[in-house]
Amino acid sequence: MSANETIEHNRRDFLYIATAMTGVVGAGAVAWPFIDQMRPDASTLALATIEVDISSIEPGMSVTAKWRGKPIFIRNRTEAEIEEAKAVTVADLPDTNARNANLGADAAATDVDRSAGEGKENWIVMIGSCTHLGCVPLGQAGDFGGWFCPCHGSHYDTAGRIRSGPAPENLHIPNYEFISDTVIRIG
Amino acid sequence: MSGGHSTYSPTTGLGRWFDTRLPIPRLVHDSFISYPVPRNLNYAYTFGGILALMLGVQLITGIVLAMHYSASTQLAFDSVEKIMRDVNSGWLLRYLHANGASMFFVAVYIHLFRGLYYGSYKAPREIIWVLGCIIYLLMMATAFMGYVLPWGQMSFWGATVITGFFTAIPVVGEWVQTLLLGGFAVDNPTLNRFFSLHYLLPFMIAGVVVLHIWAFHITGQTNPTGIEVKHKTDTVPFTPYATIKDGFAMIVFVALFAYFVFYIPNFMGHADNYIPADPLKTPAHIVPEWYFLPFYAILRAITFSIGPIDSKLGGVLAMFGAVLILFVVPWLDTSKVRSAVYRPWYKLFFWLFLVNAVFLGWLGSRPAEGIYIALMQAATAFYFGFFIIIMPLLGLIETPRRLPNSITEAVLEKKKKGSASAQTAAAATETQG
Repeated sequence: MSANETIEHNRRDFLYIATAMTGVVGAGAVAWPFIDQMRPDASTLALATIEVDISSIEPGMSVTAKWRGKPIFIRNRTEAEIEEAKAVTVADLPDTNARNANLGADAAATDVDRSAGEGKENWIVMIGSCTHLGCVPLGQAGDFGGWFCPCHGSHYDTAGRIRSGPAPENLHIPNYEFISDTVIRIG
Repeated sequence: MSGGHSTYSPTTGLGRWFDTRLPIPRLVHDSFISYPVPRNLNYAYTFGGILALMLGVQLITGIVLAMHYSASTQLAFDSVEKIMRDVNSGWLLRYLHANGASMFFVAVYIHLFRGLYYGSYKAPREIIWVLGCIIYLLMMATAFMGYVLPWGQMSFWGATVITGFFTAIPVVGEWVQTLLLGGFAVDNPTLNRFFSLHYLLPFMIAGVVVLHIWAFHITGQTNPTGIEVKHKTDTVPFTPYATIKDGFAMIVFVALFAYFVFYIPNFMGHADNYIPADPLKTPAHIVPEWYFLPFYAILRAITFSIGPIDSKLGGVLAMFGAVLILFVVPWLDTSKVRSAVYRPWYKLFFWLFLVNAVFLGWLGSRPAEGIYIALMQAATAFYFGFFIIIMPLLGLIETPRRLPNSITEAVLEKKKKGSASAQTAAAATETQG
């Protein structure tokens, strides 16, 4: 076999590979818009913040707002509920993470980190979507006096922390802030 | 079987002209007229034809319903009610389509269990079986998305729970769910894409059905003895024998279908789906359609963590595993004998498996609490044990009964036995008289 033939062979291989690679990149570039269109569109993303007036919510009352198509539980907790939640040792919980988007990812699931923070511990704001398969839990129900998911039997306590049942995580807390003493902005 | 030469000979000039250009009449003749079928096929073998009929029913009623339906969260529920009340014959078309889906699953389950009983999946028919499993998977996806379209409470929450399965996938789960929904919750974009896919998938099913039929025209059909066709006397021509038998079975099946449509059209449905979808309120009991209940029980049976797999991911894996394990059945069954007729132990376990599957279905409709959870776990263990332990093991340790030499011999033996017992009975009556 001459040196010439070997070179020709390599050149041909290179052409095959280059053509195939160009084809793959091209196919990928064409496929991307078809996948991309499935992502949330601009109008869906535009609904990403809401403001809720909470001036009329007395202790022991809750409201449910709708944010990104999901219910948001806003509850003004009673003293008894706060005391009950504080009495629990974090290490005994199935999920020890606060799941609070306003805090660091490693914040512990203490009652104060689940609530709106020091001085506003009576307020709790959560996404009302069970962390198991997304049903809406019922308020002030279940074995721990917090929330109970009727679909597959998950029990949450008065701080929205999972206590028993198939749900793996505490109810998630969305990004929110008090823009005044009576208005919360979610998102 | 397909090895034989075509017996089609066009009698007219036009027939000959066509045959040399596009031999479709020859294909039809060879597939549905002269095609040799085993002479001993029983009524369990008529469900393939019934399934083809039901696919046709669903396609035609579905295409017509789509002319009156609006895939928008604002209009969907009302447009379905409009079909029920205002559209001429709309109530009939919708009840045909909704009950047709259930009847389709009735037929597919009988077809599937027939395959399991007679060992239809064994070499050289593995591809036929795998194609059948793909069709079943596509049917489940189609049925699920169709159930979302009326936009009732069960539609909405069923969609929420089922797309929620994907959040169990580690790391990318949430992203995948958002991609499927086109938003952060089930909403208008979800309804639109489900409608589009619900319209597409039946045509994909039809495509796979063609491959499924093609594949068994290559290998030939199995039969209750599980013995391959050896002589010409083992078979009869498709027409008139199979056409008449399939046709009669279809009439009986359609009569049952009609009973549901005209007398108990909402028997298979759920009352909560006549309440418009409400994203802020979950119904007290979310139950899937009856044909998903066994898998729903398996999902909820996993209430414990296995190492790094938490109960949520474990449940989802078990549920998908319960469907996917069907794909490898041809390689799990180690027995050289096809039919359960000659396998006493397999026959026993087959019937136990069938009872267990029905039991799982019943458990799926129960709430996940108390004794039901333990029962779900036991039944799930048997479901997987049947495939993973019993199937491979039985083939190695079971002593099958003596196989007849051919289909013809099996048929004649049965006939002889039948007439012998008839003669004894007749003789007995004579002596008494």
